[in-house]
Amino acid sequence: MSKRWISLRRLRQLGMLGMNCRNVDFINRYNDRKLFPLVDNKLKTKLLAQEYDVPTPSLRCVVREQHEISHIERQLADMDSFALKPAKGSGGKGIVVVIGRKGDDFVRSSGALLGLADIRRHMSNILAGLYSLGGASDVAIVEDLVAFDDCFSGYSYEGVPDIRIIVFQGYPVMAMLRLATHASDGKANLHQGAVGVGLSLDDGHCLNAVQFSKSVKTHPDTERPLSDIQVPGWRDILVLAAQCYDMTGLGYIGTDLVLDKALGPQLLELNARPGLSIQVANGRGLLPRLRHIEGLTGRRRLSPEQRVDYCMRHFVAVGGQSQPGIL
Amino acid sequence: MNQKRTFFTVLVLMALIGILTAVLRHTISGTPFFPGQSTSVWLVEARVDFEATGGPVTASLSLPGLKTPGFALYEEQAASPGYGFSILEENGNRRAEWTKREATGEQSLYYSAHLVESDQDNSSDVGEPTGENRNVAWEAAQELAAKEVLDRARETSSSPQSLTRELIKLLNSPASNQNTALLRSDNIDQAELVMNLLGREDIATRSVMGLYLEDARRRQTLTPMIEIHTGREWLLVNPQTDEVGIPPNLLLWHRGGVSVLDVSGGGKSQVAFSMIKQTVPAAQLANVQNSGSIFSRLGVHGLPIEEQSMFKFLLLLPLGAAVVVFMRVMIGLKTSGTFMPILIALAFLQTSLIPGLISFISVVAMGLALRSYLSRLNLLLVARIATLIVLVIFIISALSIIGYQLGYSTGMTITFFPMIIIAWTIERMSILWEEEGSQEVLIQGGGSLVVAVLAYLIMQTQLLNHLTFNFPELNLVLLALILAMGQYTGYKLTELRRFRAMDEL
Repeated sequence: MSKRWISLRRLRQLGMLGMNCRNVDFINRYNDRKLFPLVDNKLKTKLLAQEYDVPTPSLRCVVREQHEISHIERQLADMDSFALKPAKGSGGKGIVVVIGRKGDDFVRSSGALLGLADIRRHMSNILAGLYSLGGASDVAIVEDLVAFDDCFSGYSYEGVPDIRIIVFQGYPVMAMLRLATHASDGKANLHQGAVGVGLSLDDGHCLNAVQFSKSVKTHPDTERPLSDIQVPGWRDILVLAAQCYDMTGLGYIGTDLVLDKALGPQLLELNARPGLSIQVANGRGLLPRLRHIEGLTGRRRLSPEQRVDYCMRHFVAVGGQSQPGIL
Repeated sequence: MNQKRTFFTVLVLMALIGILTAVLRHTISGTPFFPGQSTSVWLVEARVDFEATGGPVTASLSLPGLKTPGFALYEEQAASPGYGFSILEENGNRRAEWTKREATGEQSLYYSAHLVESDQDNSSDVGEPTGENRNVAWEAAQELAAKEVLDRARETSSSPQSLTRELIKLLNSPASNQNTALLRSDNIDQAELVMNLLGREDIATRSVMGLYLEDARRRQTLTPMIEIHTGREWLLVNPQTDEVGIPPNLLLWHRGGVSVLDVSGGGKSQVAFSMIKQTVPAAQLANVQNSGSIFSRLGVHGLPIEEQSMFKFLLLLPLGAAVVVFMRVMIGLKTSGTFMPILIALAFLQTSLIPGLISFISVVAMGLALRSYLSRLNLLLVARIATLIVLVIFIISALSIIGYQLGYSTGMTITFFPMIIIAWTIERMSILWEEEGSQEVLIQGGGSLVVAVLAYLIMQTQLLNHLTFNFPELNLVLLALILAMGQYTGYKLTELRRFRAMDEL
């Protein structure tokens, strides 16, 4: 019998970050409003990442105007696989993943076939703002498809496993692996039913996993035990996340990364209002770590690598249990 | 930390200033803190509009008597820049006269009167049956028709009073025969016609103009009434409904055959009335003279009544805003659109709760159904919302008409809902439906309604209504409260549930 409510005292004791506190003390204070477009627009994020040598799936072409759609086949001619996305889309809406060709048709990741006319209509919808917030006009971007690393095979159903890392003032403070499920319809959003796996900051192993705010031990669709998860190349991943702070200047961001088989960690997108569920997946609150970073002195001159090393040393968790004295 | 302390000091100061001003107002001007400790006073304002032609102007408006049945006048004033003003008495009738040597263009003159509801029943007006002389030249056919109608009315009546009633019934009967049609052919109004007919029976009549008093009404006009002499006293009759006697909310504004408004030196003249019910303490009624105090000038009561009725609603808005902030920040309820609930609550104030809820839900539900078709048309956002606005207007008109035909006059009150807000609500909910599913729509829609109902319940509380209107400075306290909640960084109530899984780990 699970409890329906948690006591206020327990929440404080766990150092859970609440919505009001996140908005007032972190987003309002550390995220400059004028920098928001850098992360709300995937195209801007991508161009910025290229400028700062942050690895990201390479951009193949951008469709800005309706008339460019009519001769799009020339642009797509030499591409066997690609991802077509709206620049301002949110929550994975409007993304079409093409994994191959079959004659004149395109093969989607689900196996369905798409004609050139379908691609054109989808692009036209993107430009009209069907997937952007508030229906503002948008641009369509075509980028290289990520060849997912095999280390997560069997852990994700239909969708893309991605790693969300909260970066506060350049310090990665908490990480989570998001696994799509049948219930989440291939999407990696926790409130839609994806599994969130809290990752230890020192070596990237599983701490705890939740689905729909309830603890789970195995992936609900593939039955693979989640506690075996150990993300390879963990330090590189954290360094990539930490670089996003220098790149955008935003003090409190959520970075979404994926692992490419050949190219290693790639930045997919950034979020200036990252959600709070990562705390549930990790089984601990963000506040002690955030306050700890706020209290640091002389951190200006540190490189992303130095900041990552600091976090890997200090934000160590033992088992799935949060213990007093450990951030 | 220091910054926070200054902030909260300012907030406390703000709240204190608000409360102190209210207390001062209470002690100096005697405005009561609680409703009900006071007499209700009607503030009636007549506004005369006309277009001056350039020459000397004289405008003369008939005024109610110092004591009319049910009401006593205790204060009156006129506002009209550049005009000479005086009140004249002509054979028992009081008239306001504005004069000016030269005036051109649109002119607006104001007269306002404070009337106290008086309990004493002085409605029985014993007077000489010296009515207006009515020698009407009827055409032969009309003469015959009048005679026939009167004969029929006389047959079923026994006194001047019942004769009048029967006459009005005959004129009103839907099976209106040729006679009544013939009598109406001159396009004279009902009051005039009844008086002409009664004149033939040698019953003395007087024409009366009455004003129905309803709180916070604007642009009202006078209703023509008649008085008949029964042989002992004058009796008021409503020529439309054959109702005898003076209704409690009717103010007799004008009596006699003279015109209500005379303007020389101008054209297109008209008079309109606004009124508002105020609660004024008995103490204030007694010393009206010292109305020059700073508080009466700084209060909302100093404004023309037309604006006052609007302020009555405006000053309620901060209450609603505070409720919304509280529900979202402290409780964590999701609403669709931040302040949409307040607007719904304002609409509820006009429609009353249950009919309002029913009509709101039905309009939004129908809108959602239509919107689901629109989404298949693949329209651009602006065009889609514009289409929705038009559809919402159609739905609302249809519901009003159907409601009215079924005999529910409450159907008409749907029009109080802010249509554009409803259209946006439908649009948002529909997008939410497509993206997050019906459950999220129910959560947010339900949240909005809960907040709206709560805001409504608070806004219609008598005490708070009275306080916000009579002590506008108390809104400073609300403002301080809202600002303080804006700094709240603690947990929301819903987060205690959202993070409940943390307990099991």
